[in-house]
Amino acid sequence: MPSFLFWIFALLMLVFGAGVIINRNPVASVLNLVVSFLALAALFMSLDAYFVGIIQVLVYAGAVMVLFLFIIMLLDLRAEKRRKINWVATVGGTVVALALLIQIFYVVSNLRDARQPFPPLARSTTDDVHNIGALLFSAYNLPFQIIGVLVLVATVGVVVLSKRQLP
Amino acid sequence: MATLGYYLLASGMLFAIGFAGVMLRRNLIIILMALELMLNAANLSLVAFARFRLQADAALAYQAHVFVFFIITVAAAEVAVGLAIFVALFRVRQTTHVEDITSLKF
Repeated sequence: MPSFLFWIFALLMLVFGAGVIINRNPVASVLNLVVSFLALAALFMSLDAYFVGIIQVLVYAGAVMVLFLFIIMLLDLRAEKRRKINWVATVGGTVVALALLIQIFYVVSNLRDARQPFPPLARSTTDDVHNIGALLFSAYNLPFQIIGVLVLVATVGVVVLSKRQLP
Repeated sequence: MATLGYYLLASGMLFAIGFAGVMLRRNLIIILMALELMLNAANLSLVAFARFRLQADAALAYQAHVFVFFIITVAAAEVAVGLAIFVALFRVRQTTHVEDITSLKF
């Protein structure tokens, strides 16, 4: 993949990701998050992970974000009113996030493999869906079934939470 | 060509953005969205490492994709349950602001 496409999509992902936490209107935040996830899916595809990229678009940009948007419109959340800013918490959060970022930069810049280019593919096409499916149904069959139980538990939990009569 | 380090830095910056969102924002739904950003940053670094190992050990590389698949599934379940809790909370308190919700039981 040409490098400029990486820059475009990485920049899109980070700018709209920052937009998520900067916007005061929750609907604008959700729409920013959709664009950020679409750019992330493009980055997945640039890493030859086509299955993960498509799942990212279908599950995240499709299902999860629609759920967010639906709940925000159901609750009728407006843009937040300005409140008195808790300066200790704000400065503390910014400092911790910046320290984390500096730490990540330090670790990655000292990583020996970080400057090597990606190895070329053995063949021009990757059969990643085939490989992931074979792994899911052989070596990772038990975790796959546990995930199924988890989704069932989540479904039952959501139904119980929304049906319960609250005081 | 973009090397592994660029992808890791992009992933780290996305994680830091999500982390700052969790620390700074006071709206529960925005906090949940920032959590999603952090999960996706982890996914990006997993896929980047998988692509880096694709030539040397293909079976090992695709295990990372399986792991990403699990992370996405768990995140979707987490969002569904979290938003159901927020709706139940909103019906009682008419707010999603964390500073309005300070008691453990009501």
